[in-house]
Amino acid sequence: MCLAIPGRVEQITTDGGVRMGRVNFGGVVKNVCLDYVPEVIVGDYTIVHVGFALSKIDEQSALETLDLFRKMGALDEELVTEEEAFARAANAPQSACPDGSCELTGKDIREKSESGQ
Amino acid sequence: MKYLNEFRNGEVAQKMAREIWQVATRPWKIMEICGGQTHSIIRNGIDQMLPPGIEMIHGPGCPVCVTPLSLIDKALAIAAEPGVIFCSFGDMLRVPGTESDLFQIKGRGGDVRVLYSPLDAVELAIRNPDKQVVFFGVGFETTAPANAMSVHLAKRRGVKNFSLLVSHVLVPPAIEAIMSSPENHVQAFLAAGHVCSVMGFWEYPALADDFEIPIVVTGFEPLDLLDGIRRAVIQLEKGEHRVENAYERIVTYAGNFEAQRLLAEIFEVTDRSWRGIGMIPKSGWRLNDRYRDFDAEQRFQISGIHTEESPLCKAGDVLRGAIKPAGCGAFGKECTPRHPLGATMVSSEGACAAYFNYGRYLSAEELASAGAVHA
Repeated sequence: MCLAIPGRVEQITTDGGVRMGRVNFGGVVKNVCLDYVPEVIVGDYTIVHVGFALSKIDEQSALETLDLFRKMGALDEELVTEEEAFARAANAPQSACPDGSCELTGKDIREKSESGQ
Repeated sequence: MKYLNEFRNGEVAQKMAREIWQVATRPWKIMEICGGQTHSIIRNGIDQMLPPGIEMIHGPGCPVCVTPLSLIDKALAIAAEPGVIFCSFGDMLRVPGTESDLFQIKGRGGDVRVLYSPLDAVELAIRNPDKQVVFFGVGFETTAPANAMSVHLAKRRGVKNFSLLVSHVLVPPAIEAIMSSPENHVQAFLAAGHVCSVMGFWEYPALADDFEIPIVVTGFEPLDLLDGIRRAVIQLEKGEHRVENAYERIVTYAGNFEAQRLLAEIFEVTDRSWRGIGMIPKSGWRLNDRYRDFDAEQRFQISGIHTEESPLCKAGDVLRGAIKPAGCGAFGKECTPRHPLGATMVSSEGACAAYFNYGRYLSAEELASAGAVHA
């Protein structure tokens, strides 16, 4: 959750007294709060964490980082949509553990261990 | 060194790794605090490129992992209340409470939402005046400015039906607690780059002096991590203990002034319990008196919660760096991302999830013998 990803500021507006920007993360555009980076203008790159720009970054570093984070799957993680988040939770991986005990829930395991089985 | 060519700059990475091999004459234990860095290290096999004696100890920098079980249970109770829209980041959904998790609460009809930004929760509250909108504000210093702004805006706009369930934790007190522990064997730290993008690193020289440890502010990419480790090993070999900034393209000594100003306006320092670790004095932030009305713990008087950790889960030992994930008997067997016993198996920053997702669990022989034991 402490990941912050670079994006390009494409538009700046003021919304309810807050400086907001449309920020493009390699094709995915999000609304981002720019209040903490007053020096950032349209065309600049900034690193963004949970919808907040935290620091300006030079273009070359930003593009290289974006490319790498895309390959690492980190972009998907930070820009996950609500539907994707629920789908991921539903399909969280399960190991093919040898004795089949993985089908048990945490509560089952606790009860099993408490009853000394 | 088969991974190196995949990096952004394979040659530079090779050079850095080679230098670490040349410089290291003794074993050293280096802790990366941040769970995001843990995932990058394991995913990219950075730990496997290091000389045998250089061990990476995975630190407690996973916010959902250290959020106390009692607060998770409280969150679940609030999320199950009628008339509540409960909002969080995605990796909180599967974090196990004593009896349930947010994903299951949603399945039973609770209105649980995953949001990109805490500001979206304030908007949601404005659009749903007949509902109570609660945002689960966990995180380290990186996430705190976002949560602080949500409360600041809610107050300024008079949004009465928004509140924050806060569990903010801080890195420097955690370093102090780790170094003060009798079981500590950490000899150097990689400080979390994005925490420092907010806070700067002016808090760290005193820690480096007091505990005589190198601290290197480090980024998240493979090259950043190799560079951070390289600098830490060089200092260790020379017997130095300075604070170095290996993430200069993002981090300054002073940090983000605007963010620090709002943090000081909204939060105050408080003692915090860390799941699996225990109470660390002055290790977190809570809403101060002026903003206490927005504290979900004040707004929802939840009592009678029975909180109980899984007896099989060794997340506390993992978070303290005492064991590696695969050293837990339940790892990959009773405990998986689908049925996690502890939060370290869930989060995109949890060490157990990193080891699981990148196949660092059991060797073929171990799997076979585990099968034999269970059979």
